[in-house]
This record gives sequence, C-alpha cells and structure tokens, in this order.
Amino acid sequence: MDYILEMRGITKEFPGVKALDNVNLQVRRGEIHALCGENGAGKSTLMKVLSGIYPHGSYDGEIIYEGETKAYRGIADTERDGIIIIHQELALVPLLSIAENIFLGNECAKNGVIDWRETNRRTAELLKLVGLRENPETRVDDLGLGKQQLVEIAKALSKKVKLLILDEPTSSLNEADSEALLSLLMEFRKQGITAIMISHKLNEIAKIADTITVLRDGATVSTKDCSTGQVGEDDIIRDMVGRSLHDRYPPREPRIGNTVMEVKNWTVHHPFHNEWLSVDNVNFNVRKGEVLGIAGLMGSGRTELAMSLFGRSYGRHITGEVIVNGKLADVSTIPRAINAGLAYVTEDRKTYGLVLDQTIRRNVPLANLEGVADHMVVDERREGEVASEYRAKMNIKCSSVEQEAVNLSGGNQQKVVLSKWLFADPDILILDEPTRGIDVGAKYEIYTIIRDLAAAGRSVIVISSEMPELLGITDRIYVMNEGRFVGELPTADATQEKIMSMIIKSGG
Amino acid sequence: MDQSATARASTQHEEHSATSFIKKHIREYGILIALIAIMGFFQVATGGILLKPVNITNLILQNSYIVIMAIGMLLVIVSGNIDLSVGSVLGFIGALAAVMIVNWEVNYFLAAIICLAAGALIGAAQGFWIAYYKIPSFIVTLAGMLVFKGLTLWLLEGQSIGPFPPQFQLIASGFVPDFFGGEGLNLFSLFIGLAVALGILVMAIRTRTEHQKTGIVDEPFSFFATKHALIFIALVYLSYLMADFRGLPNVFIVMALLIAVYSFIAGRTTIGRRIYAIGGNEKAAKLSGINSERLTFLTFANMGMLAALAGLVFAARLNTATPKAGLAFELDVIAAVFIGGASMSGGVGTVVGAVVGAFIMGVMNNGMSILGIGIDWQQVIKGLVLLAAVIFDVLNKNKA
Ligand SMILES: Nc1ncnc2c1ncn2[C@@H]1O[C@H](COP(=O)(O)OP(=O)(O)OP(=O)(O)O)[C@@H](O)[C@H]1O
Ligand SMILES: [Mg+2]
Repeated sequence: MDYILEMRGITKEFPGVKALDNVNLQVRRGEIHALCGENGAGKSTLMKVLSGIYPHGSYDGEIIYEGETKAYRGIADTERDGIIIIHQELALVPLLSIAENIFLGNECAKNGVIDWRETNRRTAELLKLVGLRENPETRVDDLGLGKQQLVEIAKALSKKVKLLILDEPTSSLNEADSEALLSLLMEFRKQGITAIMISHKLNEIAKIADTITVLRDGATVSTKDCSTGQVGEDDIIRDMVGRSLHDRYPPREPRIGNTVMEVKNWTVHHPFHNEWLSVDNVNFNVRKGEVLGIAGLMGSGRTELAMSLFGRSYGRHITGEVIVNGKLADVSTIPRAINAGLAYVTEDRKTYGLVLDQTIRRNVPLANLEGVADHMVVDERREGEVASEYRAKMNIKCSSVEQEAVNLSGGNQQKVVLSKWLFADPDILILDEPTRGIDVGAKYEIYTIIRDLAAAGRSVIVISSEMPELLGITDRIYVMNEGRFVGELPTADATQEKIMSMIIKSGG
Repeated sequence: MDQSATARASTQHEEHSATSFIKKHIREYGILIALIAIMGFFQVATGGILLKPVNITNLILQNSYIVIMAIGMLLVIVSGNIDLSVGSVLGFIGALAAVMIVNWEVNYFLAAIICLAAGALIGAAQGFWIAYYKIPSFIVTLAGMLVFKGLTLWLLEGQSIGPFPPQFQLIASGFVPDFFGGEGLNLFSLFIGLAVALGILVMAIRTRTEHQKTGIVDEPFSFFATKHALIFIALVYLSYLMADFRGLPNVFIVMALLIAVYSFIAGRTTIGRRIYAIGGNEKAAKLSGINSERLTFLTFANMGMLAALAGLVFAARLNTATPKAGLAFELDVIAAVFIGGASMSGGVGTVVGAVVGAFIMGVMNNGMSILGIGIDWQQVIKGLVLLAAVIFDVLNKNKA
C-alpha cells in the first residue's frame, strides 16, 4: 500500500489531560481520509501534531511522511513539505483583500517591493481553481463565511499543497456552499492531492470519504475502508459513541400554551450602510412551551434579527415592538432584555460567547452572577457546584471545571456557552446554530435539553441552517430570506423542499 | 514489593501534580520569590541596612503612594485600559490641597474630603469618554496627563506651597500611638501586626477547606503550608522591626486596609468578576448582560480617587506641594502592575501581585540608593527588570 503519511503511536499530554493516547493513522496517497469522533476526542489535536503546531518533542510517537521520519519544528517546516492545515476557526485578516490574504507571509515581491500585478494575476488564477468569482481586491470581511472558506483553500493551493488538512470545513457553511466545497475536494482528489477532513456531518463523510478513521477518548477505535463496501452513518456513530443511537431526535409531546412573545414590525438597518435593511418588517410570535424554528440560508438576517432583539446588540435605527406576556417590553439594552426574560446563545462562541482565558467555573455563571452570590459577594463554593452540575448535565469533557475555556475542544466550548444561558434561566431562549461543530451524541443531548426546557414551559427559538434538525425538533417554522419572513408553517406539514421553494420564490 | 511499587506510583503521582501545579502557578510564586531574592540580595549588599527598622519604615513611607495607585491601576488594566494621567493627577491634587489648606486656610479634614472628591471627578471625566464614547484610554489619559500637569503649574503659579499644618502631615509621617505603653517597643503596633498576620492565615485556611469540599483546590499542601508560614513570619517580623522603631506608620494601616478591601472586591465580588470578564472578552461580557460601560467608568473614577489619596499622602510627606510632584509616577505605577503579573490585553492580574510588584520596584530603588548607584543606572536596571518580568510571562504562557 502506498501511504503518503503514517502517524505511529502518537501520544500528546496537556497538564491534567491525555488528549492523544497511542494514536495510529495511515493515509493513502490521493485519498480523502475522514477523521471522526466525539467532541474532545482529539481530532484537532492530532492534526496540530501533524502540521507542526505542536512541534516535535512536545509529543511522543513518529510521523512518517513520504517514507521519511519527520521531526517538524513548526508550521514553516510542514508547509515546505506541502502539508497545509485549514483550522476549525478561519484565520484570515478581515481588513485585508483576498489577494493580500492569500499571499500573506509569502508575498510576490522583488527586493521587498510587492508586485501587485503579479499578485492579483495569480490570485485570479487560484480563485478560478476553487470556483470563487470575486475580485482579488475585495476585502475579506465583505465576503460570507462560505467564500472565506474558499479563500482559505485558495491560500493553501498557493503553497503547492500535497496534503490538505481541513478541520470542520463545512461547519459554518450552508448546504449549497458545502456542496461546492465537497465537489472541489473531489476535484482535488482527481489531481492527486491527498486530503484529511474532520467533520461532524456524517452524511458528507459517507459521501466523499475513501477511508474513515474514528477516534474516541484520544485513541484510534477503527479505520474503515469505504471502497470495499458502503460504510453507513450508523456504523460510524457506533464507533464514535461506543453504542448505537437509534433516533437522532428525542421523542416529544409538545404542550403549547398562550403566546409569550410577539414581535411587531421589527426593522433593523445595517450598522454601516444606513440604507440597507438587515431585518425588514418582521412579525412573529412564540408561545409557551413551544420550540420555534427559523429557517433560512446563511446571511438571510436571522442572526441580525436575534441580536437586534437582544438588547439592540446589532444594527441601527431599530423600530418595532416587542410584547412579552401581553405587555410592551423594553429590550433596548442587554440587561433589560435579560430582565424581560430573553437570552441569546451566540453562534460565534469564541468572539461573543466565552471569556477564553477564564475557567469553566467562571464562565458558567457569568450571565447570572447573582445566582451564585450573596449581596454581591461571589460564593465560590456554590459557583463550583453550579459549574460541576452543568459539566455533568451537559457532559462537558474537561479535566476539571478549573480548566480554561480556551483549552476545551470546539464542541465542548459550545456546551459551556449553552450552560451559561441555561443557568440564567430565561423564559425565552434564542439559540443561534446551537449544534454547530457538535458531535451526534452531544446533539442528541442538546435536543433533549431543548425538549425539557419546552416541557418546563419555556419557549425556545432555534435558528439553524440544518433543515433536518429544524424538522426534527421544532413545532413551527418561520422561513427567512433577505431580511424578511417569507413563510410560516407547522413543522408537521414542513419538508425541506417546501422550505427551499419558499426561499427561492421569495428571491425571484 | 508490590507495596513499594504502589508507594512509588503514588509519590510519582504527587510529584506529577506538584510539577504541573508549579507550571500553572509559576508566576504567582515567581514574583514572591523574586521579591524575597531581591530583598535578600540588597540585605547582604547593603551590609544589613535594608532591613534596619528605620529603613523598613522609610521604604514603606516612600512607596505608599505608588502602592495606593497600583491598586487602582490594577483594576484599570484588568478591564483592558490604561491610565497615564495618575502622576499628573497626584501632583494636581497635592497642589489643590496646598492651596486650600495653606493659602485659604480651609480645615484640613474638609480639604482632604474635597480633594478625594475632586480626584474621583477627574477620573470620572476621563472614564466618561473612555467608557461611553469608546475613545481609547491611552489617548484620553495622555490628554489628562498634559492637562493636569498644566493645571498644577497654574494652580501653584510655578512656586512650591507649604508647609502644611502638623495634623495634616500626620497622614504620611504619623505613627500609630502605643496604647499599651510599651517601653521602647511599640506593643500596640506589634499587636496589630500579629492580628493581621493571624487574620490572613485564618482566612487562607478557611478558603482552602471550603475549596477542598468542592474539589476546586489543586495547591499541594506542602506549598500551601510553606507559603503561608513564610507570609506569617514575614509580617510578624516586619511589624516587630517597625514596632522597634516608632511603630506602624499611619499610611501602612491605610495601605493594608486598601489592599484587603480591593483584593476582596477584585477576587470575590460580582463587580470584580465582571471587571475581569470585560478585560477577558468585552463582547462576550456585554452579551452576558454585563454593563461594561458603567464598570469601565467606575474603574476610572476609582483610579482618580486613589490618585488623589496618593496625592495627599505625597504632599503630606514632602510637607509642601511642588510643581514637580508626581512627575513620571505613572510609569512606576504601571510597571508595578505589569511586574505583578497583569496582562496588557486585560483580564489577568491580582491586587496582591500589583502590590508586590510595587515593592519590588521600591526595594530596588531603596537598595540601589543605599549602595550609591546613580539615578541613571537605577533607571536602566528598573527598565530591564520590567522587561524581564514581562518576557517571563509571555514565554511562560506560550509554553503552556
Ligand atoms: N492546550 C490545551 N490544554 C489542555 N487541554 C487541551 C488543550 N488542547 C486540547 N485539550 C484537550 O484535549 C482534548 C482533545 O481536544 P481536541 O480539540 O483535539 O478535540 P476535537 O476532537 O477536535 O473536538 P471537537 O470536535 O469538539 O472540535 C480535549 O479534552 C481538550 O480539552
Ligand atoms: Mg476540533
């Protein structure tokens, strides 16, 4: 067998945690190799070992690449060998142009003077390769996440890539963008580029992977060859969580009461472009005990709607009314919105969700410090108990609640953010992409939590780009497109096709 | 044989947890050890002068205003800002006090209250622009630094004003009287010192047992015991030394109270928690319902008030207000906070660390002066120490 890469007996320890324990990984030349596993299984860590972010000596084990044992000291070494990693969180400089980002640190320059013509020409070529029709001089923060992902890939291509590592590349992409990315990967496979892809989206993996390696608790559980026979999603799940998972969504009997919140004529202007409407005259209501879904494509204005409702944390010139329990509610600042019973769980956990340098114990009560304090004095014991309680309830994988949030795996960070808001105990909980980057087992847990909240008489609004998820857990769905609500239907009558056709019709 | 193997395994485990603990907390211990090492060095180098009662007393008096301001600065820096104006504000308040007390013969107590209020107002005025209009604190307080330096000159008309009435001078140069009537030794001072040391010990033990119950303690017992034994002995010894001279200085009491109160605020109250959260990630803190504007505003108002207090102490100590008072003090204060382990990007640092940082600077100043090292080389050495401390921080963080 022609292996481009073999990792043998990789063991990596952090203070108090063994993130990788004797992991073996073999990747054949020219294949798409999928890496699966629960949150905190060690996938990202393994790829950081491979790409030199954790240099030789900081881990045990061997890396054999192209038949040679390698001792990489840093990312410069691996890039020279054609190993390029695209991280779970994108690493582009928002204020620079596409071209500047692609050639950052690798500028086309003569004697230190940048040759812009050459830069732009080569950028245009690369963009064509990845199928992105944008001007090389466009600023990166003017692009959506899907396009930014493509820019990252173009950047990788500019470096003569042989082994491309993608850590959850589609977790923040909508379906169309994900499709495009996957077919791009298949195109690369034809050209002989090897890829390792981490993903929690098992349908994608089943579709494109040639080999699947599953990690659990820092150890290799199985490696499956897909060419010898179809590997089903259920097999992957069994290896990931160690048991079969029969249903993806917990069973539920909704008990829906009166209207709790009503939003009337809600209009929000873009913060910088005054004439743009981010949210355009939206009307909706949510009832007691209801799980309400908001469907739509990336950039349809769902996050903007949620954030503008939550203490005007987005947008300008906001007009409209919010009525909670029959009374006009003041949601003009975040503390007031919280007082009115609202909570908003952000989709961007690192920027808006967590104080990364602080421990889990300190992050969890942050939205409800009074809950762990007597007359402004924080009771650290109660705080520790609360954090431990949520750690158990949400199954957060960590060495202790004293671990800093920055050292948690992506999915476990998401669980900490959720815990924070569950502890604040709101009446109306808005969840923005609550299962992004979360493994199947944990998704089920989060759905269960949503169900229990609704059963306890709370209202939950779920914004999600994964339609099966909305269809699986909500009672009613609003469809949003280009800042407007373009349809409403009970989940019992809804299908993906119906929702998509509402979006398409409204666009035309 | 089997037993010895398990015994070995368990000691190995303990060693392991001890080393990982040191790795995690090396900074906190590092700075204490640094202070002790620096004191030890100068004690030897100065032939025992450093720890003479009169010199220790002096050292505390000399550094009191830096310590007072470092406490306020810590909160400002933890919240992710900086205040460059504190030196000028100190000078300005000293001048204001002198004009009121000496020229206008205002009652010194009333004047002190007015001065503290004025300081808080100055801090609030700067904090207003920083918190509510998002003007970078560096710029606002740089402007403040120039403005108040100018206003000091204007207020004093370029002259020094003094002397102050004796009661006012007591703020800085008074000592706690001996109610127990000890002969030669100020027994009451010794008693206070003992009480404070005991108090700290009891608090530490209580926190530890409480933490043990929830399992959030990770400090090995040997560390805990050594650290607190050292602190206890040091405090008792220091108060003995001072009792042997003239007793505890009044400012020492003020400082100890401030340290206690602000440590408590920073470490244990919801306000403290929120300030750290803002410094750690302001967006996340705001979205958690924390009123970051108001807290930022308050940290600056508080800083202004503490700068005013330091101004009063400084003026009382010199017994005159001069146009040069407070010149470049902000640099010492900021350096103390960073030496004490605070991070430039906010969210990290402790009050006690800042105070220890201030004393590291103070001991170096004092020791080098005794050794007759010129002001030129003193500056060079202090600068290098600051750099070393921060480099240590950064390397340490990267390694983890
Ligand atoms: N710098 C670090 N310090 C301490 N622990 C760490 C550090 N980085 C990772 N860990 C721990 O190592 C384990 C593996 O983390 P890793 O990020 O590799 O998970 P992952 O499989 O990528 O999960 P996810 O799907 O959630 O992204 C986790 O338990 C995490 O808490
Ligand atoms: Mg990961």
